[in-house]
Amino acid sequence: MRGDHRSAIVAIHAALIAALVCLQVVVPPFHHMLLARIMVLAAYAIGYNLLLGYTGLMSLGHAMFFAAGMYGAGLPLFYLGVGAPEALLLGIAASLVLAVVIGALTLRTSGASFLIVTLMFAQVFYLSTLYFNRITLGDQGFVLAGHLPPISLGALRVTLSEPVVRYNLALATFAVCLGISLWLVGSPIGRVLVAIRENEDRTRMLGYNTFAYKLLALTISAAIAGFSGSVYAVITSYVGASFAAILYSIYPLVWTLLGGSGTALGPFVGTAVMTYTIETASRFTSSYLIVVGVILVALVMRFPSGIVGALRQRWVPWLP
Amino acid sequence: MTLEGRLVLALLEGAVTGCILALTALGLSMVFGVMRIVNVAHGEFFMLGAVSAWYITSTTSSFGLALVAAPIFVAGVAALVNWVILRPIRYEPQATIVATIGLLYILQQLVLSIYGPYARTVSPPFYIRIDFPWFGYSGYKLAVAGLAAALLWATWRVVSATTLGLYMRATQQDQEIAQAFGVPVHRIFGVAFSLGAALAGLAGALIIPTQPAHYLMGLDALLASFTVVIVGGLGSLGGTVAAAFLIGLSDGIVSVFFSPTLARIVSTALVALVLVVKSGGLFGAESA
Amino acid sequence: MSTKRISRREALRAAGIVVGAGIAGVGPRPLVPSGLRQVVYAASPENPLRIGFQVHRTGIGAVYGRWWERTAAAAATYINEKGGMAGRPVRLVSEDDGTDPARGAIAVEKLTSEDKVDLIFGTLFSNVVIGSAPRAGELKIPYLVVSEGYHVASGKLNRYCFQPGITDVRAQLTAISSWIVNNLGKKITMIYPDYAFGYDHRDFWGKGAARLGATVQALIPIPPTETSFTKYFSRIPADTEVLYHVMVGPGVPTFVKELGEYFGSKRPHLFGFIDSLEGVDLASPGLEFLEGSHFWEAFPRYAGGYNTSFERTYRERLGVSASGASARDPKDVSTYSHMFGVWETLFVIKQTVEQSGYKRPGPKDYKAFIETLERFQGFSEGVGHPQGPKKFVGRIHQAFGQQFISRVDTKRLTVVHKTKVEDSLYPPEADYTKQPL
Repeated sequence: MRGDHRSAIVAIHAALIAALVCLQVVVPPFHHMLLARIMVLAAYAIGYNLLLGYTGLMSLGHAMFFAAGMYGAGLPLFYLGVGAPEALLLGIAASLVLAVVIGALTLRTSGASFLIVTLMFAQVFYLSTLYFNRITLGDQGFVLAGHLPPISLGALRVTLSEPVVRYNLALATFAVCLGISLWLVGSPIGRVLVAIRENEDRTRMLGYNTFAYKLLALTISAAIAGFSGSVYAVITSYVGASFAAILYSIYPLVWTLLGGSGTALGPFVGTAVMTYTIETASRFTSSYLIVVGVILVALVMRFPSGIVGALRQRWVPWLP
Repeated sequence: MTLEGRLVLALLEGAVTGCILALTALGLSMVFGVMRIVNVAHGEFFMLGAVSAWYITSTTSSFGLALVAAPIFVAGVAALVNWVILRPIRYEPQATIVATIGLLYILQQLVLSIYGPYARTVSPPFYIRIDFPWFGYSGYKLAVAGLAAALLWATWRVVSATTLGLYMRATQQDQEIAQAFGVPVHRIFGVAFSLGAALAGLAGALIIPTQPAHYLMGLDALLASFTVVIVGGLGSLGGTVAAAFLIGLSDGIVSVFFSPTLARIVSTALVALVLVVKSGGLFGAESA
Repeated sequence: MSTKRISRREALRAAGIVVGAGIAGVGPRPLVPSGLRQVVYAASPENPLRIGFQVHRTGIGAVYGRWWERTAAAAATYINEKGGMAGRPVRLVSEDDGTDPARGAIAVEKLTSEDKVDLIFGTLFSNVVIGSAPRAGELKIPYLVVSEGYHVASGKLNRYCFQPGITDVRAQLTAISSWIVNNLGKKITMIYPDYAFGYDHRDFWGKGAARLGATVQALIPIPPTETSFTKYFSRIPADTEVLYHVMVGPGVPTFVKELGEYFGSKRPHLFGFIDSLEGVDLASPGLEFLEGSHFWEAFPRYAGGYNTSFERTYRERLGVSASGASARDPKDVSTYSHMFGVWETLFVIKQTVEQSGYKRPGPKDYKAFIETLERFQGFSEGVGHPQGPKKFVGRIHQAFGQQFISRVDTKRLTVVHKTKVEDSLYPPEADYTKQPL
């Protein structure tokens, strides 16, 4: 069934990327930067969705992978003066290594236990960023401005503090992560992951090493989180412990569920809707978080499978 | 301080923390077990209990009244939430998580705009300082621990020896079969949700002479309760109590030997590793 | 059972009203004066000066944020009554940052690009300042914080960041350490929060104490999520003479109470920072244990501690009672020792706008504004500077003022010592004026 719609699927996602490419020339500066943030955070949510939406594992500890990427990129930039491309790779590497270790431990559990164990390891990570404050500068964090030398792309010298560079770095991050997610979900690996989500025992009986597949999903998910964390540090010039705190584990969960878990576009839609709700509501009231709360409750009552999930159920059943 | 002194302090702190933690987590355990839902707003019920108890105590200057009225108020809020939000979404697990996250924001911000951002305590109903050879300790805290233990026992009696308890246990084991045998499952859900909230509210009210009421106090209570419930084993009240003591004691003992933040790191990692090794929780009948 | 059942629709409507009331701020104590972001302080038919106000309305800093907001409103009203800044009325444009560094940066962007304010001021928590400062530097808009952290003076931020209204922690410690060592004792144990604010204390107190022949016997940093403290007190060495405590956040009353229970009457001298008890009534149950202990204050909370006509005017304009609470609600205790910084910063802005001939946002006028502010040597005492005279060091963008030490007497604070402005000076370690604009 999906084969029939392959070109439509490609067209929709290409259209979104194209729209984001075009938007940067028309939106005013504030929305320009806000969209850049949304794209990077949406990439984070895309990684989260691979685990929650397609593998059926609900983690409450993804902030540690996001922050591992942030510190993995930020500390070498700050102390060692490495270049930004190397820093981004180091950020991804840091979250990859962490994911393999944490995954090997936490994936021995499942369901609610997995939720809690990931949460606890993330707390350990968060408290470590405070404990080693003489290096990490703890909660206060550090500023990367002045530690980001221009990158030479052939004859082109790219300065990371230029808004246009930031926007397109964020866009590239988002596009790459969206691409990885679409490819993975459509691949045989993705089908095994969905099978694990639907019935892990049966998948195991069919001869699949479900532990290895789950570890793979967690590692890819964490690497994407680390990638977006390191990009977020670079585009905002700031690294701090608050990004390792529980709130940054709850955010991707909310964005994913709001947009529709197990849908390719859900994470982006959820992140964008949530961010713009907060920005719009805070114009009118200082209790904007009540507005967020009411919208979450109302949405769940009307569209329990999220925005894109509801679209898929009602009108476009072939959406990935 | 001598080693004995440190150990006595560690055990005492651990036991008291364990009792209060058990009471806070008990309601979550009940809701989790009977209804199979994760109530992210559980910590906010704890906070509502503390804040409303402060209001009642400061307007009527009766802390005793607050201990009765605050849990009833919280149970009322929970009943409303159950009726207006949770029943219409049919307790669907993912939807419940999002809805209760929404509820968390709503309750926090309402309290912020009505009660304000302040951290406020009340006078304990009595003041006794118990003098150990090495240090002094709050008599009220010991009394709270004792009261919490009594409440745990009472809850256990309700669950094991009343019709309501029977219905709750039947619903927990198998909703459909329970329904087939005439258990009013939906009403039991409502009761379990309110009762769970009332227990959290009571814990919040009991704590405010030692720990101030503040609109952001719910999140830490939620995380601690979550951990206790899962480590104890899903829906096992006995497991919840045992896990609360395990966590309280490990926290107390580790705190005496390591510097505070490192102590937190070590004790959190220890409890996580226990759960990794015994993945269904200490007393869980099943792998959750 | 009542005969009339309430329908779900009605219940929803009722819930909606409750929620709506919260949003509109018509609860018993509204969140902000008007519930709206933009507050107009005077009829301003033409060309108001729009000042962005980044404020902690929600999150852990909300107690401070609430009083920061009241102080800013009072100062703006006063300035407008006296003819505004360079003849232009002042209009505050507030934006909540949720006491979160990431949102703080967004707030700076929003105020700059969307609201097109002339400049931004008011941020308190160190992590929010440090998370927002790079954005202010890139957007090239003056960013004046009221934070007391050492971050501005350290040179870590950028040329657009200033702290002209309040002394930083390092200067506070420089000013008062000799008093503590000479009057309370030389063997010191420090209890402080395991985050930014605590590190300033750890780093600068330790250095100063060693010079005076004192020893720091133990460092006890408390993690931010802690709600009970007794278990850590066994780490306090038995021969400690002074217990130096500085905690912030909602756990503080518990901390003090448990300290009291733990030590009873056989306690070391206590020296604390009033930051711990800002917004908390000293007559709160459980704080009896603080009787006779000492606190640092930047500005005495109880009337008469610094008895000048300017202080009295300031207190009256703010609607704060003689005991430091809101005149309308004695339970609503202010953050008196810090919020004067908001008031004074607005008056610094006024002086700088008037002397630099600032007209509109843009590189030219910002250059004049920044260079003028950097040339100030100090600010003299007056209604605009009720806390006392200030010295200003342009190289590090930091103000220095006098400090107070008070003793807790019958559940009030009585001033026992006042330092001179010069006592707080330390050699500057940075020079912002060399950075390009």
